[in-house]
Formats: sequence, structure tokens, C-alpha cells
Amino acid sequence: MNILVVLAVVAAFGLLRFGRVSLLVWAGAWWVGIYVLLRFGFTAPIPASVVSLYMGIVSIAILAYVSSSQERRDEISRPLVRFMTDKRYTAFLAATVVAIPALAAANVYVQMNVPLQPPLFSRTVHPASPSEITVHDKKIDLDAGENPFRHLEASSPTEFRTHVENGRKVYYRNCVFCHGDNLAGNGMFVHGLDPIPTNFTDKGTLPMLRETFLFWRIAKGGPGLPEEGGPWDTAMPAWEKFLKEEEMWEAILFLYDSTGQRPRAKEEAAK
Amino acid sequence: MVVSRKLLFLLGPVAGIVMFIAVVWMATVFVGRNEYKDPYRAPAATADSTPRAEGVAAEKDEAEKKAQEKPYAEAEYRRFPVVGSRVAIWAVAQLHLLFAAFVLAVPIFAFIIEAIGYKTGDPRYDRLAHEFSRLLSVSFSLTATFGAFLTFMLIILYPKFTNYLMSVFSPTFLPYVLLFFAEAFFLYTYYYGWGKFHPLVHLGLGLGLNVVGTGIMMIANSWLTFMMSPSGVSSKGALISLTDAIYNYTWMPINVHRFIANIAFGGSIAAAYAAVKFLQAETDEERAHYDWMGYIGNFVAISAFLPLPFAGYWLAKEIYAYSQTLGLTMMGGAFSWLFIIQAVLIGNLFLAANYYLWLGMGRVEGAQPFQRFVKYLLAAIVLCFMIWATPRSIIATVSEVRAMGGSAHPVLGFLGVMSAKNTAVNILILTTFMSFLLYRRTGKVASVTWAKTGHALQLSIFAAAAFVVIFLGVYGYFVEASVRIGLSVPQVGAVLLAMVSITAIDIFLFRKPRNTGAVRWGRIPAISQYVLIFIAVTFTWLMGLMGYVRSGLRQHWHVYGIIRDNSPDAFTPTLGFATEVVSVTVLAFFLLIGFVFWIASLHDRPDFERGQSL
Repeated sequence: MNILVVLAVVAAFGLLRFGRVSLLVWAGAWWVGIYVLLRFGFTAPIPASVVSLYMGIVSIAILAYVSSSQERRDEISRPLVRFMTDKRYTAFLAATVVAIPALAAANVYVQMNVPLQPPLFSRTVHPASPSEITVHDKKIDLDAGENPFRHLEASSPTEFRTHVENGRKVYYRNCVFCHGDNLAGNGMFVHGLDPIPTNFTDKGTLPMLRETFLFWRIAKGGPGLPEEGGPWDTAMPAWEKFLKEEEMWEAILFLYDSTGQRPRAKEEAAK
Repeated sequence: MVVSRKLLFLLGPVAGIVMFIAVVWMATVFVGRNEYKDPYRAPAATADSTPRAEGVAAEKDEAEKKAQEKPYAEAEYRRFPVVGSRVAIWAVAQLHLLFAAFVLAVPIFAFIIEAIGYKTGDPRYDRLAHEFSRLLSVSFSLTATFGAFLTFMLIILYPKFTNYLMSVFSPTFLPYVLLFFAEAFFLYTYYYGWGKFHPLVHLGLGLGLNVVGTGIMMIANSWLTFMMSPSGVSSKGALISLTDAIYNYTWMPINVHRFIANIAFGGSIAAAYAAVKFLQAETDEERAHYDWMGYIGNFVAISAFLPLPFAGYWLAKEIYAYSQTLGLTMMGGAFSWLFIIQAVLIGNLFLAANYYLWLGMGRVEGAQPFQRFVKYLLAAIVLCFMIWATPRSIIATVSEVRAMGGSAHPVLGFLGVMSAKNTAVNILILTTFMSFLLYRRTGKVASVTWAKTGHALQLSIFAAAAFVVIFLGVYGYFVEASVRIGLSVPQVGAVLLAMVSITAIDIFLFRKPRNTGAVRWGRIPAISQYVLIFIAVTFTWLMGLMGYVRSGLRQHWHVYGIIRDNSPDAFTPTLGFATEVVSVTVLAFFLLIGFVFWIASLHDRPDFERGQSL
């Protein structure tokens, strides 16, 4: 968080709380304050699409608040009606009438005056896997299948560690260049890639997926992605062309072991 | 000659249609002038005779002969003109479902209201239930008509697939038809027998109507859930066990989800009907009656709406259990963005429901002190709404992704997962419940001796429930997915327990309250009525949207993993296109429901008399 921005906004809200301001000013100040907080309050900036979504919610909520009782409706409309009908404000009113389209035009200018960027694609993080794939002439059931080495974790820990170590070697020989030496999706090739590689340390990625899903993504890579829900413009190779089936399962063991995460367990039906 | 307003009203659209036809015709004429025309040729008789005529005759004979020899081949698919088969079947199925939901919802709503009326002895409830059940007979006909339409469309457009479904479920069709007869019997006896039987006998008829209606729904649900999570058949589709085919993974979750949703839907439509009547009302008495009707409808809708997300979670869990692929397609893949749209709509529904209650405080004298809590409730709602609507897969430009350090935001990424969203929805429910309790307190003060203790106890239960929900939500980040999903049960349990216990305390707390202000029904701003209409439209739109998600998840399968969809429509449409189809269908539904309301309103009109103007 940008502490200075957050403190400034909190201080402004504090002043509003103790100062006697009209409801109109209060509503406007809260709208602006929340916008500033969302736009500049975070060290890693929030993408514009999410800011728009949040501000839409905030706008509706503020409108709901100022119109939720007769007193508030009167309080909010009184200065507006006065502004539009009182002769003293004619010049300001005229300026406002000019300012509204001017602001709209300025917004268009700001929106257009940005450096050239690749087109925006909405993409989903986890594409849907098929229920079965064929790797090295062997059918792998992605729905019911399991990592063939996972059961060793409980039955033979030493053997399990050997497979994890094998997975480590597979990772550092093949995956490290894109996914990074700390598995955070920041390898040396990352600056040339769009979208950037998956960050395995993110707690919202590996634990959400079953190992068979990862196996599919590794074995089939970008070329094996489904057509539904594209565009899948990824540089992930189809590793089945370079690795044995065991090596891919071992790399998966390493990913979970190294990040301290657990794979998603199979759901049990309630019926 | 004086032309009546009604005649003018009729003439307007007629003149519009005539003018439109005239314009199209004139445009055709003008365009036709520039088109290519064959040059003049001498009549065939005057031209030199050529072998052409004989050739044409021979060709015709050959074509006829070929036609006669053509073997009978069963069509796999037929094409619906202009919009294609998928959109056609989608729209008809959706309309059928919306009307079916309405026809099931009205009796549930009427039965609940009539039962309250019987218990309390307040005749207003009986009048409300009777008024609403007037909509039943026309809706029943429309539902049956759309059902027949859907069946014909399935047979025409997807004959082979329909044949397969018939072969699996043929034993369920006769009971279905018999239940339909029983539904007709109960429905008409219930409506026409209003006030003709002992109230308990009439309530019994209402109960019978609901039981039969639910039975019909459950049979139909078995067909559609089988398409999604088939069981009881071999991998080639041959039937092994009909019981397993019916009782498949998603059958019971869909039954429960639809039953609860129907109550919410019926209540919201009743409230929207009251809202329209309120806006049309000319006297204070009418306004008071329809304001009260809207309030009751909305109360029933929101009460049923509160447990609905949990039924949805159960359904989603069963989908994951059936197939990881289906689960990922739904929550992480092509359909995940529809859940963000869903979150925005449900968030708006919660906000609207609370807003209606806050506006409703205005109709009670001396409710001002409670208004000061509104901003805190609103803050909680906005925060939960924002968390729920936070997408896991954010739309971002390349530079934004780089600035975030990955496709997930380091802070917001935590809000895009289930732990945060479950917590948000539970707190939203608690907040809405609190708004309702505050509304209940307007105009009266608890007079029991233990009032202070009671209030403190209620507040403590609230705080404890909120603590449990937030604690489990945070704990969910530190455990694996299967445990995390399990945590939603105690979260829901805490909220439901809080709601039940607080309501129980409230009933005793306000047993003989001291009244501090009267409820002035009808004294509510018009905007509140638009909120009720908004809630009804949003409910309907949500049903359409989530229905599409459930059905579309199968992607290129008629029966998932067993019968492949080989038609030209076997692709997943874009989100924009899907929402357009849903919107058009919802619009068509409201036009038709408006027609139903209009027919029902004819009952109250005076009879036409000779000499009366048109």
C-alpha cells in the first residue's frame, strides 16, 4: 500500500466526519476519496477494469444513500435546485454547461493519448481440460486419475523424496528460464513473453488445481489448449515432446513440495 | 364526429404498420428499377426449335426417378431459419422454464400467504393470495403451450438426440402426463374453489397443487441434469439403471436450488405486480393496499433469496465431484466471467433489497433514529459487494499485468478466491437481516422487562456469527481446497443459527410492544416501486444467465461425455452474444407476463354495455 496516499485519504475522511459539510459535498468527497485510494493507494496498481467495476458499485451505493430518506433527498437536492434556479449562480451554471462536454472531450483525449499497446484480451486463468488425454501412446484419465507417485508420500517417504528431487532437476533444466528460480514466474525470458508465465508461489493457483490438470498443461502446453474461451496466446511448449511421463509427474511433485502447497483433492459426491 | 381515445390508440399502431409496409414496398420498387433485367427474347414458339425442350424434359424425368429411388434416411439435425437451431431452442426452453417457474412459484406464494391469513385471521392476506392466484390459469396455459412448443422444436431440430432421451426416460413420461392432469385438477379447484370450502380444505388443495407441481419439476429436472452429469448408462449410452439416470449427481441439488429460487421468483413477481398497480393507483386506499402487497411479496422473495447462494454452492460442489473438467470450465475457464456478472447482479439485488427497507422506514412515524445506522450497513454491503465482484482472472493490459507482477493482483488476488467470496456473501446476508430487524423496530419499542438484555443478547449473537464467518474465511487461506469448501458449511450454519435465534428472541421481545408511531401504508416514494420492479427483472435475468451457464457447460456435448453434439451450433458463443439472447428472452417473458396481468385485470372491469364508446 502507498501509506502516504492512504493516510491522506483517511485524514480527509476524518475531517469530513468532524467538519459540518453538506450531504452533497460529503457524497462527492467520499466518491473522490475512494477513487484516489483505489487508483493511487496500492503499490501494485489495480487494473482500470477493476477500478471501473468498484467505482460503479461505489456510485450506486452513494446514490442509494443520499436518496434513502426524505431528509437526505431534500438535503441533496436543495443546493442543486438553488444552483440551477438562483440568478446569482447563472455564470457558474453557464460554466458548468460548458464544462461538462469539455470534461467529456478531455476524457476522450486522455483515453486516446496513451502509448501504443497490444490489444486487450480478456482471458481466463484456468482453461477447461479434456477428461482424457493421450501422452506417449498412453491414455491418462484427467478426471479420475492421480499422480502415480503421490501415494508414496505416506507409504514410502524416502522414495517420495527421490521423485521430488528428480522433479527439481527437471524443473531447473527446463522450466526455470520462464518460471524463474524461485518459481514466481519471473525467469530470464519473462520480458519477451505475453502473457507472462504462471507464478507458482501464488496461493490462488496451485492449490486450486488437481495434479492431473497440471499434467495436462505441461504435457500439451500452448498447442494443446482448447479452442473454447481463447485466445490462448501462450509460449508454453508441449513438454511431452521432450520429457518422459514420469519426469512430468515428478516436476509436479516438486512444484507443490517447493511452494509448500497441497494439490486440490478430488471432490466426493454427496449422493 | 368524436373519435374515442381508445380508437385513436388502436389506430396509432395500425397506421405505423401500414406506413412501414408502404416504405418497404416503395424501397423495393426503387431498388428494383436499377436491378438487372433479362433482355427481350422472342417467344419460344417463334424461335428456332432446339433440342433444349427435350433435354429439360429428360432431366425432369431423371430427377423424378431419382426422387422415387431415394432411400429413407433419418435426419440427425434440422436447421432453424435465420437464428439457427441452438438460439431457437434456447429461447423457447428459457421461456418455458420462466413460465414453469412462475406457475410453480405462484401457488407456493399463494399457499404461504393464505396460511398466514388463516393463522392470523387477517383478511388482507386472503385477498392478496386470491388476487395473485388469478394469474394462474392463463400462466398455466402459456406454460403448457411453451412446453409443447419446446417438445416439437426438439423433435424437429434435434430428432436423433430427442429419440435417445426418449429411449432412456420413456418410463418417466406417463407419470409426468398423469401429474399434469393432477396439476390441472388441483389448480382449477384451488382457484375456482376460493371461499367455497372450509379454509383448511382449501389449504389442503393448495398443498396438493404444490406437491404435484414440485413432482412435475423433479421429473423434468431428471432429464436435464442427466444431460449434464449422466449416470446409469454405459459409456456408449445404453441404459443400465433408470434409477441412477434419474438420481444423477446434480439432480437433487438442482431440485432444491430451483424450489427455493421459485419462491424468490414468485415473491419478486408479486412485488413487481404490486409496484405497477401502486404506480397506477388513483386513491390512497389503493396505494396503501399495493404498497403492503409489494412489501409482503418482497419479504417472501428476500427470505427465500437468502439461503439460495448455499444451494448454489452445493450444486457447484456436485458438478466438481462429477467432473473436474466441468468444474474448471465453470469456475476457472470460459464461463468464469459469467460468475462475475452474477456477482454484480446479486450484489445489486442485496443493495436493492436493503434500499427498499430503508425507504420503507419513511412510511413509519418516528423512524428517523434508525436512519443513522444506514451508512454503516451500506459500508458493509459495499465492501462485501466489492469483494464478491473481484475477478480472479482480471482484464488487464500487458503493462498493467507487468506492473502487478503477474496475472493476479498481489492484494486483490486474495479476494478473487472462494474463502473471500463465501465470507462476503455471508456478511451480506447478515447485513440484510440486520436491515430487516431495524425496519421491524420502527414505530415500536419492546416493553418486556428483559428488553435491554434481549437487545444485548441479539447483538452478541450477531457479533459472534460475524466473527465465526470472518475467522473461517481467513482460516480457509491456510488449508487445501477440499477442506476450504467444507468450511462453507459451518459458515452458513453460523449465519442460519444467528438468524433463527435472533428471530426467536425478537418474537418474544416484541410480543406486546409499545407503539411509538403508526405505519402509513402507501406513504413511500415512487422510487421504491421501481426498486421492486428492478428486483423482479434482475431475478429473471439471473435465472436466464445461470441457466445458460448450467446448460452451456456441456459445450460440444448433448449428453456430457456420451452423446456428442455434431450440429453446426456445437460451439460456445461469446459472453456478449449469450447475454443478448438472455436479455431478449427476458424481455419477451415480461411482455408475455404483462399480457397475463392484463388478462387477469379484465376480471375487475365493468361489463361492456351497448351504446358505450369503444
